[in-house]
Amino acid sequence: MLMKNNKFSSLLKEWYEGNLSFDERMNIETEKPVIKKEETTEKQKIYLVKDVENAEEKLTSKGYKFFSVIFCVILAVILVGTVNFMPLFADDNTPTTNEVYEHYVGEGRDQTGAVNTVAGMILDYRAFDTLGESFVLFTATCAVLLLLEQSKDKPIKKRETFTYTNDPIVRLVVKLLTPIIIVFGIYVLFNGHLSPGGGFSGGSVLGAGFILFAMAYGEDFAAKVITPKIIRVITICSLSFYCLAKSYSFFTGNEFNGIHSIITPGTPGNIVSGGLILPLNIAVGFVVCCTMYSFYMIFKRGRLD
Amino acid sequence: MNLLINYEAVTSMVLFAIGFTMLVFSKNIMKKILGLNIVDTGVYLFLASMGYIEGKLTPIVPVAGPVDALDYINPIPQGLVLTGIVVSVSFSALMLALTVRLYRKYRTLNLDKIYEMCRKEDEQE
Amino acid sequence: MDFIMNLPFATIVFSLFSAVICFAFKDNKARFISYFLLIASGIMSVSVVFYNLTSETGYFVYRMGHYDAPIGNEISAGLLEPSFLLLFEVVMLLSLSGGSHRIMQDVEEAKQKYFCIMVNLTHAALAALCYTNDIFTGYVFIEVCTIASCSLLMLSKKTRALVAATRYMIFSLIGSSLVLVGIILLYAITGHLLFPQLYSTIQELWATGEYTFPLTIALGLIVSGLAIKSGMFPFHFWMPDTYGTATPSASGILSGVISKGYIFLLLKIIFRVIGYEVFLQSNIQYVLFIFGICGMIVGSVSAIKTNNINFMIACSSAAQIGYIYMGLGLGTKGAIIAALFQIVAHALTKPMLFLSASGLSDTVGRRQDFASLRSSAYNNKIAAFSYSAGALSMVGIPIFAGFIPKLLFSTSAFGHGIQTYLMLIVLAISTILNVLYFLRTLVNIYSPAKVELTRKNITFKTAPAFSMIVLVMSAVNIAVGLHSQPIISLFEKGLELFINIR
Repeated sequence: MLMKNNKFSSLLKEWYEGNLSFDERMNIETEKPVIKKEETTEKQKIYLVKDVENAEEKLTSKGYKFFSVIFCVILAVILVGTVNFMPLFADDNTPTTNEVYEHYVGEGRDQTGAVNTVAGMILDYRAFDTLGESFVLFTATCAVLLLLEQSKDKPIKKRETFTYTNDPIVRLVVKLLTPIIIVFGIYVLFNGHLSPGGGFSGGSVLGAGFILFAMAYGEDFAAKVITPKIIRVITICSLSFYCLAKSYSFFTGNEFNGIHSIITPGTPGNIVSGGLILPLNIAVGFVVCCTMYSFYMIFKRGRLD
Repeated sequence: MNLLINYEAVTSMVLFAIGFTMLVFSKNIMKKILGLNIVDTGVYLFLASMGYIEGKLTPIVPVAGPVDALDYINPIPQGLVLTGIVVSVSFSALMLALTVRLYRKYRTLNLDKIYEMCRKEDEQE
Repeated sequence: MDFIMNLPFATIVFSLFSAVICFAFKDNKARFISYFLLIASGIMSVSVVFYNLTSETGYFVYRMGHYDAPIGNEISAGLLEPSFLLLFEVVMLLSLSGGSHRIMQDVEEAKQKYFCIMVNLTHAALAALCYTNDIFTGYVFIEVCTIASCSLLMLSKKTRALVAATRYMIFSLIGSSLVLVGIILLYAITGHLLFPQLYSTIQELWATGEYTFPLTIALGLIVSGLAIKSGMFPFHFWMPDTYGTATPSASGILSGVISKGYIFLLLKIIFRVIGYEVFLQSNIQYVLFIFGICGMIVGSVSAIKTNNINFMIACSSAAQIGYIYMGLGLGTKGAIIAALFQIVAHALTKPMLFLSASGLSDTVGRRQDFASLRSSAYNNKIAAFSYSAGALSMVGIPIFAGFIPKLLFSTSAFGHGIQTYLMLIVLAISTILNVLYFLRTLVNIYSPAKVELTRKNITFKTAPAFSMIVLVMSAVNIAVGLHSQPIISLFEKGLELFINIR
């Protein structure tokens, strides 16, 4: 009994002083303020791979796969069971066909000036969502930049990937196509309130055009034409404009402020109509375009310039 | 049986379940990202089918004249799909960037292996 | 005075705008913009609280656009929303300024401005989560919050932080997709996205019994998604890695503020979308109660197992989140007020613990294991003092903020049959475990060293900003612990508004 007690108390003492560890995963982690190299050396790599092969045997098991299939089936059964009790597909008497939908479609054109009801909805009635949404893109751009942007002193690593820069056919086709794609993108942007399309779709078309250009002419050339400064300025201006324009319309939207909005819907169907919808579509389109293009450049080159 | 009429919703929910299982149980980061995209696709299919009403027009109203709301389909789910697509693009980009960094360091895409190596490194220090 | 009603919207747009401005500026100015933003928003939140305290209804709705509720988007502010936003702002400001010397060391110089951008975006997202009156806006800003908080973690130079960020991101994605599909199902059966309309439709559907099964599934998906994102028990595995590897400011913000932002949105959804009565009848609360109780025990046990001070503090977060879910799960008003107070106490204490632990480990060359940390208290007396204050608060000693929620929990536990016994027993066990692992660190840092290490003295003169902030945090903690009654009555009023006003 006494022995046991002694053992226990010594164990307790060990634990208290931090010499005993129960859990290897959370074992001592010492931090050294030395910056570590990104790449592991060859020797280390071999060592690591060997270890991992051992670990793999331990970790892969048939039970795991079986369990995941069971989980998937149960989840699917629950969700499909939910769908069984849901309103019917293509029915005109579902809960979603309510007064909100009637208002958006019936009054939308006269209140917002947008013939395209979806554009009127996302940029006027529910503009706060869309504001958040363009900031999701902005946040993601910043996150990708901070993860992958290399410092300027480092030379750009040329990776052995297949490029189209020396292919005469691709270059010729891209030369012909890029202007058309960009013009089409601009058309979709500017007609967002009149026809299907708008900021997001137009912006992605524009971005695709620039990415195609960068692919065919090489990223070095593209970075000289579309400098990071241009991208930054366009992003900042578009987002600031979005913030300011929407602040104005939110501020004037509440009667107790005593100011009425000077923005009118205009004549529906004209290219300059729909109040703030056209400029907002353009701003959103530029943000989307810059985001897509900079995603491509950062993933391909490591930096924008 | 409502399930036969709601076949689009059933498809989207099955897609959601498959994608979700990939997101949770797959050990490969790329497969996790694929799973995320399948989840989102399922959700968009569900939303898009929710807005559809048989025999009605797309919500682009005529330039002049009275508008009868009951002639058009519901525009709200389309707006929600737009938002969802943007969010999923951002998430995919961020996850892919993280994957690139992890792959540069550990030369593997398997998350379990990465955890294992991470632990080994800590022990070495 | 009506002008004050503009302030909630101004807070959100102003912080989004300042994130964009920070993107344009070079390094150092960005930090000043962040400080200015947090201070200005703090003042705005205070004025909204006072406006609502003096106004007749104590509550207002602000249109985001030109149209009223079911058509347009809107935000709303009662008493709880601005006061919790104020809490988040104070905690963010303190942990940002207290850890600024570590940000300079831990983050590459070219990337320091991104830290400020992400802090601003996090603040914007939290403000939107607090004030929003629309469930889809809530979803969008949850995503902003997720990406921004993950970036705060990724900014650390260590590669381990990237691994932790991947894990955090995957759990967040699981939570987000559940929330999204829940929201979509809810929209399909109600046809609304705004809180007041959702509330009335759900009450109607619940009363008539139509769509009860899809409704339960949808609500369950939303609640579980938010619970996963805030780190409820079975999904708390990302916590130690995430909080343990980030730079101290980021750990403080992540543990003290961001998970609380999700919990606040969950609370808002429970009261203003699901409705208090439907929530109590839907049996979701029992699930939250059981997982909360399990979280309290499991979190404490894993905190006992670890040998690393940062991981220990992070694991205790899992236990503290368990307290909050236990309160929500019990479902009485008293328990919910206790849970709200637990949010306050935890948000004030955790960043302080992370900061002072970083101060202690700085004296021994950033070692974080207990064997090296022994006697580090004598090298950094201010950090040791505030660490002791934080540890005592977490254990629940009177005069500290952490005591009040435990008192409220135990007084509200009575009269619920088997839940009473369960809750009291688990509270007792959890407190004992808390004492075990927090006093262990306290004894360790004050006892003589056994290992020879190069030590560095940190005094008020060598690190003035850090010492100031840490002392201010201890003072705030004690002040909240001593003057808890006004806060409790504020919460009571706010909760009444949450339940009653539509």
